[in-house]
Amino acid sequence: MRPLFGFTGGVKPASHKTESNQGGIVVAPLPPVLTVPLRQNAGLASRPLVQAGDRVLKGQAIAGPGGSISVAIHAPTSGTVRGIETHPIPHPSGLLAPCVVIEADGEDRWIERTPVDPYALPVEELRTRLRDAGVVGLGGAAFPSFVKTQHGPTQRIETLILNGAECEPFITCDDLLMRTQAGQILDGAAVLAHIAGAQRIVVGIEDNKPEAVAAMTAAAQRAGLLVEVVAVPTRYPAGGEKQLIRVLTGIEVPFGKLPPDYGVQCFNVATAYATARALLHGEPMISRLVTVTGNVERPGNFEVRIGTPIADLLKLAEPKADTDRNLMGGPMMGFALPTLDAPVIKATNCILAGSKAMFPAPGPEMPCIRCGSCARACPMDLQPFEMYWFSRAKILGKAQEYHLFDCIECGCCTYVCPSRIPLVDYFRFAKSEIRAREKENEAADAARQRYEFRLEREEREKQEKAAKLAAKAAETKAKLAQAGDADDKKALIAAAVARAQEQKAEEKPGVE
Amino acid sequence: MASYLFIVLGAVLVNNVVFVRILGLCPFMGVSKKLETATGMGAATTFVLTMACGASYVIDSWLLIPNHLEYLRTLSFIVTIAAIVQLTELVIQKTSPVLHQVLGIYLPLITTNCAVLGVPLLNVGLKHNMVESMLFGFGSAVGFTLALILFAGIRERLEGADVPVYFRGTAIAMITTAIMSLAFMGFAGLDKYK
Amino acid sequence: MLEALLVMALGSVILGGALGYASVKFRVEGDPLVEKIDAILPQTQCGQCGFPGCKPYAEAIAKGEADINCCPPGGEDGIHKLADLLGREFKPLSGEHGVEKPKSTAVIDENVCIGCTLCIQACPVDAIVGAAKQMHTVVASQCTGCELCLAPCPVNCIDMVPIPETIDNWKWKYPVFAVQKAA
Repeated sequence: MRPLFGFTGGVKPASHKTESNQGGIVVAPLPPVLTVPLRQNAGLASRPLVQAGDRVLKGQAIAGPGGSISVAIHAPTSGTVRGIETHPIPHPSGLLAPCVVIEADGEDRWIERTPVDPYALPVEELRTRLRDAGVVGLGGAAFPSFVKTQHGPTQRIETLILNGAECEPFITCDDLLMRTQAGQILDGAAVLAHIAGAQRIVVGIEDNKPEAVAAMTAAAQRAGLLVEVVAVPTRYPAGGEKQLIRVLTGIEVPFGKLPPDYGVQCFNVATAYATARALLHGEPMISRLVTVTGNVERPGNFEVRIGTPIADLLKLAEPKADTDRNLMGGPMMGFALPTLDAPVIKATNCILAGSKAMFPAPGPEMPCIRCGSCARACPMDLQPFEMYWFSRAKILGKAQEYHLFDCIECGCCTYVCPSRIPLVDYFRFAKSEIRAREKENEAADAARQRYEFRLEREEREKQEKAAKLAAKAAETKAKLAQAGDADDKKALIAAAVARAQEQKAEEKPGVE
Repeated sequence: MASYLFIVLGAVLVNNVVFVRILGLCPFMGVSKKLETATGMGAATTFVLTMACGASYVIDSWLLIPNHLEYLRTLSFIVTIAAIVQLTELVIQKTSPVLHQVLGIYLPLITTNCAVLGVPLLNVGLKHNMVESMLFGFGSAVGFTLALILFAGIRERLEGADVPVYFRGTAIAMITTAIMSLAFMGFAGLDKYK
Repeated sequence: MLEALLVMALGSVILGGALGYASVKFRVEGDPLVEKIDAILPQTQCGQCGFPGCKPYAEAIAKGEADINCCPPGGEDGIHKLADLLGREFKPLSGEHGVEKPKSTAVIDENVCIGCTLCIQACPVDAIVGAAKQMHTVVASQCTGCELCLAPCPVNCIDMVPIPETIDNWKWKYPVFAVQKAA
């Protein structure tokens, strides 16, 4: 038995898992129109490959990677591309973004699928295939997975950690996936380990999911893989990347370092499953499991195509009449969806319907009493009350000195705050403000460079002009000096006039 | 040896120039907005004050007293201090232009910092010898720096606080100073445990 | 009396000598402060401050010839940073140099543009491309929004368009909560 370690802080909110993990997985029906946003992954948005009127097949790439940290996007069904339109996407801003809109033809015809034997292909080829299959981290951040399998020259990946902790309350999609697809998950994990060069696979599952632990253990034994399935104590946020690494290996990844610096890398179980589908079955990422729960009549897990309107998905679970808000993600880290027109994207793990009765409005924000509860609850060993103090006063430099950017926005501090201060909101504000300022500074530096370059160029042009004039003046002067007296000068002028007339005379016949 | 320690400790804590003797309040209020500048100002003052105490002792006991010119004390001390301050300013301008810009007017004003003149005069009154004079000067300056740094730390934090409009700025700073002064009164009995 | 004069004179000579030596030894070349001020300025090179660019304005601030509140594109934020760097009091933006506007970029109405190249010559960061008698266009990512191209255009075909909010530049807002009314 592997010795387990702890992480500081954390909270134990009511888990609310049983509402949605009782039934099986329901396949959501094919909607008539699918809206697939071009920006779904962390990093750069994808570059569209189709245009209005194109016929696409299910699984056909409709967008290619738009940069080095970007993946492809695929048509979730067969149909006709209506166009690339701006459409609401699931984002806290409620802003519109370009999406490929596909009208389904109902045939749901697959493109030709090409499964590969991952152990017969070079690793680089596998990474490209992962990228072109659109596999991203499905834990929530949607970071391109192929990037995570690479590591720098000073890094190494020995242990691959499979994250099945699913610590956030209400969400059960990973739980259901582990119960039903344990074999596929482990196959995918083995491929990921092969690509990353890892020798060991450790699966971390919170101990409030005994069925998932059992299913995964059984699958590991069946496959004869050297996989350790470990039940970790249930405590939010045990599913945070750095927290799970800490719990399973005792390694604390410090500020400014990445897990591969310490020989580990972490993938979500659903990512491993998507990898298996992509490489072993040739099916790119076009659907995912989404938990719909909260204030609904029939909570459960649905297999949903990317691009399905959230409103359609929500209807399947029959939201109650008093539902007044819908979150994407869980109650701790999720955000309120400004509109239900937005589609399901790769990062959508849960739609949580809420009502006033279910999530009563917190009382008014009261002054910080410096009780230190937030510091004790912080799983990153930060001092949220200090960061809050400076973020609130917009003294951003100071907030950064307290390692604001190490905050994982898990919401533990907000959860425990007796003054009901929405600390995470302040941190998000401060972070995006700092990022915006950094961008502005970069733009200013670029402008300064261009301005200086322009000044330099103007100066050079001026000098060149002056030099040219000076050279010409010197030439005529020299000629004059050679010519000597006034008569010669006159002769010189006469010669020049004659030359000019000659030229004119020569030109005329050409014109006629 | 113990007496030297008491001179320094006494000057730093028990008779802190700012909080107990209430000297040098102008730079204390003026340069305590940021921790960085407060540290710079403290270091500059420490250098000036220690040098000034040494130089004034030399002038006083070798020039003024033998020639019965004690009435020139204030005048000659000020001239010496002014020269040392000028020297410090030149050095800072060369080594740290930003600190120079930030200290701004307060750097030449070290000359008229009453603590810088007051401490050498106190030295004379206390009949300190050369080493004691410099230690007393150094201790007082460290006390000044301590006060400045503590206060700058509080003020940086105060910037984020919801201070009632009428108390913002210097008003709340004065109140804070008063409370800190009260706290330093707590050191008053320290030198009784000899 | 004579002794007193002698003592003071002696002191002055010695100290004066020391200072004279120090002023030679610690001579300051150039002014690194200008760079720090220049780094805060927004580099629009718009000249609204009355100086021909950001660097000259930075030099003027360092010399104490210009106030810190003459830069409208830098806004209140910029003034706060300058005040912090220089240890001066914050002052609101002086109205005579213009007002703070939302960040914009110049957009040329390509149907009206006659291709006179006057705006190309006016642009301080070479963000306008085009040639004589050819249509011009603004490279939006490099436009600083300085408005210097507006005045030279003989057909008034350049407009300042505020930068729209997109997913990429969207920011989390400052948390605002309803203040409870005093009972």
